[in-house]
Parts: sequence; C-alpha cells; structure tokens
Amino acid sequence: MPFLTGGPIDPQALAQDLAAPARGAEVLFIGTVRDHHGGRAVVELEYSAYGPMAERECTRIMEEARNRWPVEIALRHRVGRLAIGDVAVVVVAAGGHRDEAFAACRYVIEETKRRVPIWKRERYAGGEEAWVDPTAAEELRTSP
Amino acid sequence: MQVSQPTAPVRVLLFARYADLLGFQTLTLVPTSVPTVAAVVEHLRGLPGGEVIPTHPLVALNLERASLEQVVSAGDEVAVLPPMAGG
Repeated sequence: MPFLTGGPIDPQALAQDLAAPARGAEVLFIGTVRDHHGGRAVVELEYSAYGPMAERECTRIMEEARNRWPVEIALRHRVGRLAIGDVAVVVVAAGGHRDEAFAACRYVIEETKRRVPIWKRERYAGGEEAWVDPTAAEELRTSP
Repeated sequence: MQVSQPTAPVRVLLFARYADLLGFQTLTLVPTSVPTVAAVVEHLRGLPGGEVIPTHPLVALNLERASLEQVVSAGDEVAVLPPMAGG
C-alpha cells in the first residue's frame, strides 16, 4: 500500500472508503500547507522522502494503532511541490465510537510526524528557501 | 574508508539538508577498517560540508533505525537522516 503520493489526496474519498455500518465514528485529520512559518510568509513548499523506509514506517504505525484500538486507519502523505492550502497529509480513523477514533487518529498523525522520513523545504516570499527542522529551538516555540 | 566506484559494497544515502550541503545524495564506500555505522558517519563528517551532520545523527541501516555501533556489510544501505519534518 503506497502511503506517499505525488498527486492530490482526496480526504473525502479516503473517509468514504472506511465507512461501514459498525463504524459509528470517523475522525478525519487533514493537514494543509500553511502560508506562514516562524513569522515568515511561505509561498510554497516541497516534501521529499526516503520512500522505502517511509512506506515501511507508515505500515508499522498503522499496525500499532490497529493493535491498540478497535479501528481501521487510512493514511496518505504528499511528496513533491505543494502550494498554499494544498492537502499535505490525511489520516482517517474509523471505529465503533469516538474515543478510539480520536485517540487513534491523534496517534497516527503524531507518530507520522515523528518517525516517517519525510523532509520539508519551504520557499518564502522574497525567494529564500530553507529546510524545516522541527528540532530547532525556534520550531519548538512556534509549533504546537 | 575509501570512496569507490559503484561496484563497491556499502551504499550511503543522504537526504534534504545533508544532501544539499554535502552536494550528493548517494555515495558508495568500501569499508577498509572497522565497518560500523559510526565509521560511515565519521567519513561523511570529514567531507566538505560534512560538519552539518551531527556526531550522533539519525541513521537507518537497510531501512531500519540503527545505532552507531552496528556493523555494516557488503550490500548494506546506510541512510543518514536529518530531523524529520513530515505532516
């Protein structure tokens, strides 16, 4: 199952795929490209990835979530060049009730950000570009 | 380690900022002394731009997170990973 995609992600289609009579709760997380970062205006960004490792890690994270909660999960992440507002990442967690759906969705997005080898290069108004480093001090202050 | 032509055994991958600053994405190395992940990292840190790589970077050996002490063998793929920034 490829989790990385170079083309647009359709969140509604992913959510629809997991809909089932026994699943009374679906949580859909959509991460989109923000127009600012650390006080700078972002005009576009580019995601790159270590594809084979990223796919393996996404598979593992989804298995962990399924083992921990009675849910089904969908996950997609864009690679390549994205414009402001584009959908960058989608997580769907579907289960019998909202508690497990919220918890599993949160787990999958947090672990994806932490463990999947994907990198983001931002281009700012004015033309400068920089790789985003979430471990840098400024990032820790500005990113929730 | 010696830099060699692509018939040599250990394949090294760099990504994102590390690839930009060292100026390449792949490198093939022949282990000549103690063939560990640490030796690969030290070799990279000695190249122009290599100071961007920390002494204890995130490293994957054959797609799995690895420690510096792990031994690398012919055919292995060692990837040095900058801090991840997906999502």
